[in-house]
Parts: sequence; C-alpha cells; structure tokens
Amino acid sequence: MGLRRYLANKTVWYLGALVVAVVLNFLLPRLIPGNPVDVLVSKMGQGGLSSEAQQRTYEAFMREFGLDKPMWDQFLLYMSGVFQGSFGASFSFYPTPVSSLIAQSVPYTLALQLPAIVLGWIIGNVLGAIAAYKGGGWDKSVFTTALLFNSTPYYCLSIILLYVFGVVLGIFPVGGAYSLGLSPEWSWDFFSDALTYWWLPFLSLVLINIGGQAVGMRSMAIYELGSDYVNYSRSLGIGDRKMTGYIFRNAMLPQITGLALSIGTMVGGALITELVFSYPGMGSLLFGAISSNDYPVIQAVTLIITVAVLVANYLVEILYGFIDPRIRASKSGEK
Amino acid sequence: MTNIQSAAATAEAEGPLIPEGLPTEPRKAKPAWRSLNFGPRMWISLGIIGFVAALAFIGPLFYPYGAEEKVGSLYDSPSAEHFLGTENFGYDVLAVLMASARNSIIIGLLAGTIAVLIGVAIGVLAGYVGGWVEELLMGFTNIVLSIPPIVILILISISLQSTGIAFLKGVVGLALVIGIVSWPWTARAVRAQASSVATREHIDVAKLSGARTPSILVRDVLPYLASYAVMAWVLQLASAILLESTLSMLGLGPSGANSLGKQLFWALAFQAVATGAWWAFLPPTIVLTMISFGLLYLQSSLDEVFNPRLRRGKKKNLAKAAARRAEAARKLAENKPVEAIV
Repeated sequence: MGLRRYLANKTVWYLGALVVAVVLNFLLPRLIPGNPVDVLVSKMGQGGLSSEAQQRTYEAFMREFGLDKPMWDQFLLYMSGVFQGSFGASFSFYPTPVSSLIAQSVPYTLALQLPAIVLGWIIGNVLGAIAAYKGGGWDKSVFTTALLFNSTPYYCLSIILLYVFGVVLGIFPVGGAYSLGLSPEWSWDFFSDALTYWWLPFLSLVLINIGGQAVGMRSMAIYELGSDYVNYSRSLGIGDRKMTGYIFRNAMLPQITGLALSIGTMVGGALITELVFSYPGMGSLLFGAISSNDYPVIQAVTLIITVAVLVANYLVEILYGFIDPRIRASKSGEK
Repeated sequence: MTNIQSAAATAEAEGPLIPEGLPTEPRKAKPAWRSLNFGPRMWISLGIIGFVAALAFIGPLFYPYGAEEKVGSLYDSPSAEHFLGTENFGYDVLAVLMASARNSIIIGLLAGTIAVLIGVAIGVLAGYVGGWVEELLMGFTNIVLSIPPIVILILISISLQSTGIAFLKGVVGLALVIGIVSWPWTARAVRAQASSVATREHIDVAKLSGARTPSILVRDVLPYLASYAVMAWVLQLASAILLESTLSMLGLGPSGANSLGKQLFWALAFQAVATGAWWAFLPPTIVLTMISFGLLYLQSSLDEVFNPRLRRGKKKNLAKAAARRAEAARKLAENKPVEAIV
C-alpha cells in the first residue's frame, strides 16, 4: 500500500525531527559558558543585593532549576517536565509556573494566526489561479500587488497599518488586545471589544499570506497552463470553467507542501507582529522573557512553537498523502 | 558522428547560461546577460537595490552628520538641518539609517553567501553522489528544515549574547549564525537539480574521459546549477536581512552596531508609533521593504530570464490566444475527421 508506506515514512521523519528539536531546545541555551543563573544573579547584583543574599539566591535558583545536577540528569528532568506539560517556574514572575503564563498567551496567538493562515491560503490561491488564467493586465496588477505584499516583512506592514489606521485615522485602537478595565472572560462585551483590537494585527498577517500564496499559485498555474493535458482538453473544446478546475487541482498540490514549508516562517513573522501591536500573545511573552533573561519561559515558548510547527507540517503532509492520487496509487512510497 | 561526440555537442549547445564563476559572483556574468532580454521588472528591481546600496555606502560620504553624533533630543521633528529629525537618543535619523542599512546589507551578504555555499555543497554532493550519502544528507536537511529557523536563531543568539567574545556578538557573528541556520531549503532545491544533471550524457562523457569526481562536480555539474544558485543567493540575501531585523526587534540584534531592525526596536521601545514620530520608524520600515521587494522582484525577473516558460509580458493576452486556438481546433474538428488533427 502506497499510502500506508507514505504515512509511516512521514511519521518516522517527523518523530526524528521532534527528537532533534527537543534536544536542541535543551542543549543550545546550555552551551553558554557559565549558566543562565549566573547572568540573572549578576544582574540582581547590580540592583544592590548584598553578596550573601546573592549567594543564597544563586543556590536557590540552581537547586530550583536543577542546574547543580550533571547534564544527563538535567536532560531527564527536562524531558519528564516536558511530558507532564510543566516547564518549571518563571524567573521574572518567580512563583508563577511557566505553563500558566503560556496558557494566558496561547489563545491570543491562535486567534491571530489560525484564521490568517487558513484564509490567507484560500484567498491567495484563488487570486493566483485567476491571475494566471486571465493573463494580461489583470495578471500584471495582481502579481505586482501580491509580490509587494509578499515581500513586505510582517512587522513593516504592521507598523504602517498601525500608524495609518490606528494613529493617524484613529479607526482602530493602538495596541493591546482589549480595553483597559475589561478582563478576559467569556462574555459578548469582551469579545466585541477584543475584536476591534484584533483586526489590525490580523489584517497585517493575512494580507501578507494572501500575497505569498498568490505569487506561488500563479507560477504553478502558469506552468500547468502550458502543459499537454491543457492543450489537449482545449482542443476537445472543454469549457473554461471546467479547465480552471483541472488546472486549479493540479497546481494545488505543490501549494499544499508550500503551506507546510511556510508555516515556520509565518510563525516567526507573527511573533513580531504581536510585538508591534503589544498583543499579549506568545510573541510578546517571548520578547519580555528575552529582555529579562527569563530562560524557563524562553525555552518553553521556543519548544511550543517548534512542536506546533512540526505538528502543523505533519498534518499538512498527511493531508497531502490523502489528496494526491499518485501516492494512493503508487506501490512504493514517494521519495 | 559517434554517440559521444553528439552528446558532447548537445552538452555544449545546451551550455550554461552563466558560463563560469562562482554562484556568488553574479557580476562576472555580465557579458552573457547582455544578450538576454531584460524586462522592465529587472530594471525596476535593480534601480531599487541600487538606490538602497547608494544610501548605505555612498550616502555617509556626503552626509554631514555621523551615526554616533548626538545632534538633538528625543524625537525632534524633521527640519532643514536634519531631514528626518532625530531619534530617541537624539541622533540624526538619516545618519543612523545609512549606518543601519550598511550593516544590514553586510549581514545579508555574508549570511546569504554562507547559506548558499553550504546549501549548494550539500545539495550537489547529495544529488550527484546519491545512495546512502544522499539519504543521510537529505534526512538531515529535512529535519533541520522542519524546525522553524527563527527558534534556532533565538536560542543561539541568546547564548551568543551572554558570551564575552565581542566578535560573536556583533555584525559578523550574527551573519555567521543566520548563514549557518538558513541553508536547508537551498540544499534541498539544489539536490533536485543536481540529481537531474547527474543523469545527463555529458557527465558520462566526463566520466569516460577519466575526470575525477571533484572535477566533474565543479566543471560539469556546478555550471548547470549556477543560474539557480544565483537566484537562491538573491533570496537568501533578502531572507537574511529580514531574519536579522526580526532578531533585532526581539532584542537580540548585533550589540554595539546599528541595524535596520535595531532602529525599529528602539522606535517601538520609545513609543514612536503611538506618539506619531513617523520619522523615527517609517524610514527603516520603508528601506527594509524596499530591500525585500527589490530582491524578490529581482529574483522573479531572473527567474523569467532563466525559465522562458514563465515569460509572458510580451504575449499580452494568453487567454485570448488560447481561445483563438480552441476556436481553430473546433473549426477543424467540425470540418474534418478527428484523425486530421495532429
């Protein structure tokens, strides 16, 4: 069975990638000569802590984060923590567990990115296919606009949108996720308020995704347009609508792999978009953690991003296996 | 004509678009380019890139203020003396912009070149040699490819920030890290190309004439990939500059040096957007967009030069032409038996 082999193959590769990612996530921050606690405590020292108190904090932190143990034990500790979904306590908000900080920010990130990725992908592909099919001036204008959006860095578009619509025109609120005085809750008031804050960051993500997908789809569709089956079908007098359908379905396949590849970049860009709008998602959490040397939070955020991207890629590739008839039909797995 | 001769002749006729020179030196190829038809896209993109490069490298020679010179206070509005006002530390924005653009371009050039060199080396090796070498290299590449590069970059940069080695914290260190992290997709794409080149006849000719593998790789495989490598280099250049600014905005930029991302970082930190100090954040935003757009546009126009199939500026209405063809085919089918259509 081609499909089964394909699925098994992909599963093995992604498990491998997951292991590498988890190990890297553990190892890279520990490559520093000294350790995170040194940096942290020396910063506290500048704040005027006595050396005795400093020593005590140092030891407490070392014990708390298990840094006094040998590397191998640290790794096992880290792994068991990861499997239990606990990432220890944050440095800068000391007793607060990292997992609760993350639980607070994940919903905002998901609310921004999921619709932006899905809608951007659908709209972009349709636009790209139309541009390729119609050609001429339509193609030129769509392609150039799409390329402009595609090549605008996420945060540049965010800054421009924020300035124009938030500051100059005053249509949307400037920064944050909800009005002062409200607190996150499941109520209509909160949602309608949060929605006004959601538009700008969402727009800056989705416009760029539309651009990127349209550019990719256009060139795939142009390639398909020149192929033999299109010429043959045309000579048989098959109607435009049906032809577009054929072309669309064939050009779609590489776009699905393209989606898998681009999710990683998108997530990176979206992190900064949150920063620009001071949207309280994972990006802002990461930024705060980096500026305060909050290693447990940094590590947890990078791990979650990596795992999320891997899982998304994996799902897309699995979906691909079901969609692409060649994989179902072939006796041996692809590649 | 014997088989070998004809193969050699075809190989020569098919000849590479860029006959010689490393992929990282597109300028050498100018004579060959002259015979090619440059579209307006190419000129637009070259113009944009030229403008930014001039701003970064020639501008400081004529501009009276330096990037390290305090000339005003927090966010002074643009004036006749300071075209773009001052930024949060009271430095002249235009002077800082020039220095930033220069550093960002240097980071991009270094990192892009490193990434393409590694990517091409791994891709060619995997694609040409095949077998377990290919499995191993591509397995590694695919694994690295599926981990978001920004995550690895963040983790490495944090480690570098806390080392005492100044060299690694600055522009060069950042460029090295970005280059080392971003080669995988180039390797994957180059491998696909290299394995198709490896099956061509001129490789057999080279093997029969006793050439060693390294020489075949350099003289018979690489030239065929040159056009692709140039395009990959342009893309890597753009992506490295953007990665640098992403890192800088997260607070992990090169220490002690200006960069476009750091300029944005400070603008955001000092609330330039909310206070309406547009001169502090719009210039780096626009320059970054120009760099990115210019390079991507250049890449797409290079793509059209190298892949004629994508070229469609001259043929105005493809749909019309297609309809005409369909119409002709229909007429043919009506008048004559189907067998007549070839």
